[in-house]
Amino acid sequence: MHRAGVVWTLTTVAHVVPFIAVAVVLMLLQPLAFPVAAIALVHAWIIPELYAARGAGVVRPKSRAAAGPERVALGLLGDLVGHEARELHAQTGLAIERGRLGTWLVAEAGALLVRPRRSRRRPGLVHCYCVRVPAPELPSADRVAHLLLALRADEQGFATVANLAFAGAPWRLRRRLPAAMAPALDRAAAV
Amino acid sequence: MSRLIRMDRTGHTTLAEWTAEDPTSVEAAVVAFRRELDQGYFAMVTRGEGHAEQVKTLPVDEPLVIMRLPIAGG
Repeated sequence: MHRAGVVWTLTTVAHVVPFIAVAVVLMLLQPLAFPVAAIALVHAWIIPELYAARGAGVVRPKSRAAAGPERVALGLLGDLVGHEARELHAQTGLAIERGRLGTWLVAEAGALLVRPRRSRRRPGLVHCYCVRVPAPELPSADRVAHLLLALRADEQGFATVANLAFAGAPWRLRRRLPAAMAPALDRAAAV
Repeated sequence: MSRLIRMDRTGHTTLAEWTAEDPTSVEAAVVAFRRELDQGYFAMVTRGEGHAEQVKTLPVDEPLVIMRLPIAGG
């Protein structure tokens, strides 16, 4: 898990640093090359943003079933989680779950894992996992309940089955999350 | 009264209800349980908040057994 986070950080650095270096060298050699240097800096900025957008995509809301089944499924999910998680799910669509690896935020077709803080000033990385129950006809709350039960039964196995879409700083992911979901990330990062 | 439920397109469906003192209802629940396992479902029992266990035989004393589908990477 830690290695995956390090690899993602190194990959981001490997994408960003060359573009910044190109921009700096161009400006030192020929200030008139400012437009090209600016384009290189835009590349350095946009590549991590695209990765973060991919990570945020794993928790974006999917299509809903009819109101009746959704209500029934929501009742079962509510029975599975505590009051705090129930309230947070109602507000954000994400179910919070504390595990051994960190704090999870479970959505319909993906989950975010906020790793424990590395120090007081350095929050843990967020890992974005693409994982789903292959039954699109299920109500959304049932899809969350499927993932939640699988996670509770075998956290390590859950993280192994899931595909890692992104790992990075919480602030980078937060900007790409739907606004309603951002408080859930803040809550998980504060744990 | 214990319940065996399956998460499905309706939200969830109750497949069987039983009490440990009623062998007939237990037997019917076991049959329903096995049928779901044969169809590829996993049986889950919650063990308090944050914990769940996958079971291979019907835990007769549990109040709620939930059948779920396997998950897959997206």
